[in-house]
Amino acid sequence: MFSLIRDTFTSQLVTLWRVFKHMFDKKDTVEYPDVQPYMFPRWRGRIILSRDPDGEERCVACNLCAVACPVDCIALQKAEDENGRWYPEFFRINFSRCIMCGFCEEACPTNAIQLTPDFEMAEYVRQDMVWEKEDLLINGTGKYHDYNFYRVAGMAVGGKDKGEAQNEAPPVDVRSLLP
Amino acid sequence: MRWEVGSALNIVSILLVVVVIAAMLIWVERRLLGIWQERLGPNRVGPLGLLQVVADMLKIFTKEDWTPPFADKFSFILAPAIIMTVVLMSFSVIPFAPGVGIIDSNIGVLFVLAMASLGAYSVMLGGLSSDNKYALLGSLRAAAQMVSYEVFMGISLLGIVALTGSFNLREIVQAQADGWYVFPQIIGFIIFLIAGVAESHRLPFDIPEAEQEICAGYHTEYSGMKFGMFFVGEYLGLVLISSLITALFFGGWLGPGFLPPIFWFALKASFFVAFFILMRAAIPRPRYDQLMRYGWLFLLPLSLVNLLVTGAVILAGSGG
Amino acid sequence: MAKIVIDGVTYEVNGDNNLLQECLSKGLDLPYFCWHPCMGSVGACRQCAVKQYRDADDQKGTLVMACMTKANDGSIISIEDEEAKKFRANVIESLMISHPHDCPVCEEGGECHLQDMTLMSGHNYRRYDRKKVTHRNQYLGPFVGHEMNRCITCYRCVRFYDDYAGGTDLAAQASHHHTYFGRQSDGFLESEFSGNLVEMCPTGVFTDATFSAHYSRKWDLQTAPSVCVGCAVGCNTTPGERYGELRRIVNRYHGDVNGYFLCDRGRFGYGFVNSAERLAESQQGKGTGRRTVSEDEAVLELNRILDGGQVIGIGSPRASVEANLALLQRVGGDNFYAGVSDAEFAQLQILKQLSGESALHAPSVREIEECDAVLVLGEDVTNTAPRIALALRQSARNRADELAAAAGIPSWQDAAVRELAQRELSPVYLLSGYATRLDDIARATVVDSAPGLTQLAQALARTLDSAAPTPAATLQEEQKQLLGSIADDLKGARRPLIVCGTGSGSEALLKAAANVARALATARGGDQAVDFCCVVPEVNSVGLVLMAGETQSLGLALKKMQAGDVQAAVVLENDLFGRAPQSQVEAALAGVGQLVAIDQLPTRTTELADLVIAGTSFAEQQGTYINYEGRAQTSMQVFMNNQAARPAWKWLRKESETTLAGLLQTAETTLEGLAGITAILPVSAAAVAGMKYPRQSHRYSGRTAIQAAANVHEGKQPEDRDSIMAFSMEGMSSQRDTAVLPNTWAPRWNSNQSVSKFLDEVGGHLRQGNPGRLLFTRNGSSAGYFEPESAAVTTGDFTLIPAYQLYGSDELSARAEVVNERLTGAYVALAPHDAQQLGVAANDLVTVSADQEALDYPVCIRRSVKPGTIVAFTPAGQFPVAGAGDQVSLSKAQGSGQARFGNLIVSDLQQEGI
Repeated sequence: MFSLIRDTFTSQLVTLWRVFKHMFDKKDTVEYPDVQPYMFPRWRGRIILSRDPDGEERCVACNLCAVACPVDCIALQKAEDENGRWYPEFFRINFSRCIMCGFCEEACPTNAIQLTPDFEMAEYVRQDMVWEKEDLLINGTGKYHDYNFYRVAGMAVGGKDKGEAQNEAPPVDVRSLLP
Repeated sequence: MRWEVGSALNIVSILLVVVVIAAMLIWVERRLLGIWQERLGPNRVGPLGLLQVVADMLKIFTKEDWTPPFADKFSFILAPAIIMTVVLMSFSVIPFAPGVGIIDSNIGVLFVLAMASLGAYSVMLGGLSSDNKYALLGSLRAAAQMVSYEVFMGISLLGIVALTGSFNLREIVQAQADGWYVFPQIIGFIIFLIAGVAESHRLPFDIPEAEQEICAGYHTEYSGMKFGMFFVGEYLGLVLISSLITALFFGGWLGPGFLPPIFWFALKASFFVAFFILMRAAIPRPRYDQLMRYGWLFLLPLSLVNLLVTGAVILAGSGG
Repeated sequence: MAKIVIDGVTYEVNGDNNLLQECLSKGLDLPYFCWHPCMGSVGACRQCAVKQYRDADDQKGTLVMACMTKANDGSIISIEDEEAKKFRANVIESLMISHPHDCPVCEEGGECHLQDMTLMSGHNYRRYDRKKVTHRNQYLGPFVGHEMNRCITCYRCVRFYDDYAGGTDLAAQASHHHTYFGRQSDGFLESEFSGNLVEMCPTGVFTDATFSAHYSRKWDLQTAPSVCVGCAVGCNTTPGERYGELRRIVNRYHGDVNGYFLCDRGRFGYGFVNSAERLAESQQGKGTGRRTVSEDEAVLELNRILDGGQVIGIGSPRASVEANLALLQRVGGDNFYAGVSDAEFAQLQILKQLSGESALHAPSVREIEECDAVLVLGEDVTNTAPRIALALRQSARNRADELAAAAGIPSWQDAAVRELAQRELSPVYLLSGYATRLDDIARATVVDSAPGLTQLAQALARTLDSAAPTPAATLQEEQKQLLGSIADDLKGARRPLIVCGTGSGSEALLKAAANVARALATARGGDQAVDFCCVVPEVNSVGLVLMAGETQSLGLALKKMQAGDVQAAVVLENDLFGRAPQSQVEAALAGVGQLVAIDQLPTRTTELADLVIAGTSFAEQQGTYINYEGRAQTSMQVFMNNQAARPAWKWLRKESETTLAGLLQTAETTLEGLAGITAILPVSAAAVAGMKYPRQSHRYSGRTAIQAAANVHEGKQPEDRDSIMAFSMEGMSSQRDTAVLPNTWAPRWNSNQSVSKFLDEVGGHLRQGNPGRLLFTRNGSSAGYFEPESAAVTTGDFTLIPAYQLYGSDELSARAEVVNERLTGAYVALAPHDAQQLGVAANDLVTVSADQEALDYPVCIRRSVKPGTIVAFTPAGQFPVAGAGDQVSLSKAQGSGQARFGNLIVSDLQQEGI
C-alpha cells in the first residue's frame, strides 16, 4: 500500500519535472511564413497529374482514383486517341472537398496522380478551388521518374505496337504451322 | 477616499485587476503550455503575442451567442452568471496585503468554502438546462466530483484553523510570521492542492468537460459570451485557489522587506498558477471512478488523520 | 432430391445437376470460367476443382472438376480443402501467364470475372518470368471490341457464338498457346447476338465498343431495371447512365423472358437516347415560324388545344401503356385511335381475339426453348423478335437432350451430348417468304408469298383435323408429303409450337396459323393448350391493341381528319408517314385544324405539327410495356432528362396530381384488357418506411465533383416522386429484392456472374419471383375455325413479300449513330431468273408500281426468292409501296441504288455486282 502511494506520487512528480525541463529545450516550431519549412517529397499536398518519361499524359482515365476518393471529389471521363491510347477528356478535382488523404495516389496504377509538398492552397472564392485538367497537368514526371504504364501494358498505342512492351513476345502468326 | 480594506477604490481595483489577470491567463497558459511542449504558443498578435487576449476577447464578444431552442432558457443563462459571481465573491475575503482587500471577515475560510459549494450549481444547471446527453453526463460528473472534493477540502483546512484559532484569513496570514503553515500542515497542503484542482475542475481533473469522451461536457451547448463566462470563471477559480494556497500555507504577503507585501503575494500566487498549468501540461486525466475512489478511500481518511494528529499535537502542546 | 455434404454441411440438391451448378445455387463461392448454365460443362478451364471423398471415412479424397461431376446422392465434397485450393491457385496462375497488365485500360476492369476469380483463388504475383504471348486484334464491327491478348482460352466465346447462337464467323484458330478467337479476317460479327460475347467472355477480350466510346466503370453508372423497347419480346435490361448520357445497356436476368441473353438491337441500339437530334424543348408553329416554347407555355397551349372542341388522339405501339392511357383518358375512348397501319391493326385484332382462347397458350421465351417441334409460319423471327429466334435454336436441340437422356448422359455434359447427337435436331419447319437465318436448323423450309403459305397452312390444319375448313387450292404431291410429316411431328411432339406473327403482313395467314394451332389442339386431345407464339412488331403493340377500341383504326382516324371533322389531332410518339400511305397522311393533315406531335426525335410528322411536345426516351421515364405474350412489365426511369423533355403522360394528364399508379388504377377499372395491371407496380418493402431503392451503386464516385465546374456548391439530388427508386446512392439496399434490382453485385462477385446470387437456382428464376404479369386470361373456348377468304385479286406480275432487318425495322434503334453503320437501306430482292428477265443487276434501281403508288428501290438478287415474288424491305418510318401479298409490277429505272448490301446477312445472296 505504502509503496503504491510512494510510486504514484514519485511518478507524478517525475512527470512534472520532466515536462518542466522542456522549458529549456530547443523549440520545434518553425516560424512560417517568416521561415519557409522544408517539405518532405512525400508530403500530401496539392494534387497534380504527371507525364511519363516520354512526355505523354500518364493518366489513362481508369477511374480508380475517383472511386478510391472517400469524399468523391474527383470526376473524370475516359477518351481514346486515334492510336488507342486512353486519356481523360476532362479531369476535375474539387479541392474544397479534398481531404488530402492520398488514397487517389495509392490507387493510381500509372503513377499519374500525385500529391505534392505544396500546401498553400487557400482561395478567397470557393469556386476557384475546382481544378480542371489544364490546371492539374504538369510537364514532368513528378516523384516517379521512370515508370511508363504503356511500356508494361499489353495494349498497342501510338509508338508501341503489340509485342513491344516489356517482357512480351512478338505477336503470334495464327496461320503459321510452326509450334 | 481612503486606501483601506473595504474602500470603494479597493473594491473596484481588486475586481478589475482580478478579472484582467484571469483574462491574461488565457495567453499565459497558452504560452506556458507551448513552452513546456517545445513550441512557442501565441506570439504573433502584438509584442510577444500579448494582444492575443484582446483578439480572443474581441472574437468571443462578437460571436453569435446562441441559445438552443430545446434548452431551459432561464437556467441556461443563469448558469454562467453563477460561476462568475461566486468566484468573484470569494475574492472578497482574500487578504492580498495589509490594507488591500474587500472584507476582513471573521469567517473567511468558511465563506470561501461556501462559495465553492455554490459553484457546483453553476456547472450542474449549465449541463441540465442544455438538454443534451453530453452536457447531462458532464454535469452529473461535476456534481459528484465537486460535492466529494468539497468534503476533504474543508477538512484539510481545519488543521490550520485549529493552529490559528481563527477563521479569519488575515489572522491566519499574520499567524505565519514565525513559519509557513505548509511545514506543519504538509499533508493538509497536499490534500488542499488536489482538492482545489478538482474543485476548479481543471486538468487533470477536468472530468466534467473531458473533450475526448463527452464532447465538452456541461458547456457543450454554450457559445459566445456565455461560454466566455465559463471560460473566464475557470481562470478566476485558478487565481482564487492559488491565492488561497498562498494565504493559507505560504504566509500570504509576508516576506523580506525589500519588496512591498503585495508583490510577495503576487509572486507566490503566480508560482502556483504556473504550477497548475504545469500540471495540465504533464499529468493525464484519471478515469472518473478512479477519481472518486481516490477521494473517498484515500484523501478522506488521510485528511481526518491529519486533523486528528494536529489536534493531538495542539492538545499535547497546550496541556504540556 | 439428393443430399450432398459440402465442407461438412448437408445440402438438398437436384441430383441430376453437376456439383458446380449446385454449389453456386446454394450461394457458395466456387471459381469457374468455362461453365455456363445455358451451355453446360466442358471441363476446359480446370478452375472449379473440389475434393471429393468416397465416404465419411475417406480422409484423402480425390480432386474432381465440380462442373464435370454429378451431384449424386451422398456425395461428400470439400471446396475449402487445402489441396483443392492450391490446385485452383496453380491453375489460375497458369491461366494468367500471358495476361497483359491492362486492367486500368480495360473496359472489363471492375466487373471482370477473371479479376474476381483471380482474387478468389488467391493468385497475386506472376512468378513466370518468360515472355508473354501477344496477339493482333481484329476489327469486329462497330459493336464489339477485340483485345485478344487478354484471352485465357476458356472457349466460352465460340461455345456461345457457334454452338448456342448458331454463328459461323467466329472460331477458335491455331493451337496450344497460340489459340486465337476471332474471324477469318477483319469484318463485323454477323450474328445478331454478338453482343452477348461481351458478357460471355470472362475477361476483356470482347468488349462493348459503343460503351468504350463513352466509358464509365460499372460502379459509376446510374442504373435501374428497365425493359428493352427494340421489339415485342420485352427483354429485361439494365441501362446505365453517367453525366446525363445513356452509356450502355446490359442484360438483366429474367427467368421467363430473356434469361442471360439479349440481341444486338437491344444492346447496342440505345444511341438514339443521346442523339443530337433529340427534341430537347417543345416547339410551336410551322416551318419558319417555328419557335421554342417554355415548359409552361407548352402545357398551356396543349391544354388549350385539348380542351377546345373535337380532338382525336393517335396512340403509339412504341409508347408506354401510361402514355397511351393518358392520351386515351384525355380525348376519350371514342376518339382514341391505334397508331399502327390498318393491315397490322387487323392482325392485332385477331391476336386479341385469340388471346382469350383456352386451347392456345402464348409461350414465354423459356417455354419456347422447351418446345420440341416447331412450325414457323411466315415470320422472319430473327429480324422481328431476335430473342425468340435464339430460343428456337435451343428448342431444336431438345432432340439431343432426348438422345442423351436415353443414353444416360446428363444434359449438361455438353461435349458428350453434342458428340452423341451430331446433327440430330428436333423438327423445325420454316414456312417463310424468303430464306431466313434459322434455315440451318430447319428440317424443311418452304419459301413462298403469303397467299401461298396461307394455302399450305389451311391444308395443314385440314390434315391435322378433318373438321377444319376445306382449303381453297389443291396441293401437289410433295407438298402433301411435307404437310404429312409436319403434322406427324407436331402431333407426336411432347410440346409443339406454332410461331407466326404480324411480319407476314397477311391477316389470312395469321388466321390460317390460328387454325393450325386449333386443329393441333384438337388432334392432340384438347386438354392441353398448344403453344401459339404470335410475334408482334413493337414493344407495346399488344398494349395498344388492348386499349384501343376494335374499330378505332388509323385509317378511320385519317378519314375523319381528312373530312375536317376534327379540330385537332394529338399524335403520340408516332410517325404517321410510316403507318399509312403518304398521300393519305398528307390529305388527313391538310384537313385537321391543329396537329400536336409528342415525340423524342424529330420525324416527318413532327415537322408538320403545329405544336411539338418534347417527350422522353424509355430511359428517362417509368413506363409499362406489354409484350407479345401479354406480359406487362415495368421499366423504371434511369435518369432525369436535364432539358425540357418530360414523359408524355405528364404532358397529357389533366390534373397535375395524377400519378403513374393512378393512371393504371383508372385503366384497370375502365379497360377490360388491362385487368390486373396494377399488380406489376413495384412496391417498397414495408420494413423500411419511406426508404427508396438507390439507383446509384454504393461505390458511385465523383458526387462532389461532377457538378463542381458549374457550381461548387453541390445541389440536391433530383427527387423522384413517381417511383420507389431514388436518384442517389443512399437508400435501402436493393440487393435483397430482385424485383427492383438496379444492377447485380455481390461481395466478391463484381461481374455480371453475380446474378446467380439472386436466383433460386442457377439458370432458374429470380428469388422474389420474375417481375411482370401475364394479362391474358384464357377461359373462352374457340370461336371455331376461321373460314378461308378468297384474296382480293390485284393486277401485277409480282407478289410482294415484306422483309425485315434487325437494324432498320425498328424506328428508334435505327437512329443510333453506331447502328447506322449496319443499316442496309430500302431494297427489293429478286430471284435470279426474274432479275435476268428484267435485265437488272445488283444495286440497280427498279420501279415498283402498285395500285396507287410507285417507288424506286435498289435491287439485290437472292437465289432462294421464289420466282414471281419480290422481297421488299422498307425501313421503319416509311410506308411500303404495297401490302403483303399485293400484286405489283416492276420496271427497270435509271441510276443505281444506295443500299449497303454488305450489311445484309443472308445465306443466299448472289454476290456479283455488289
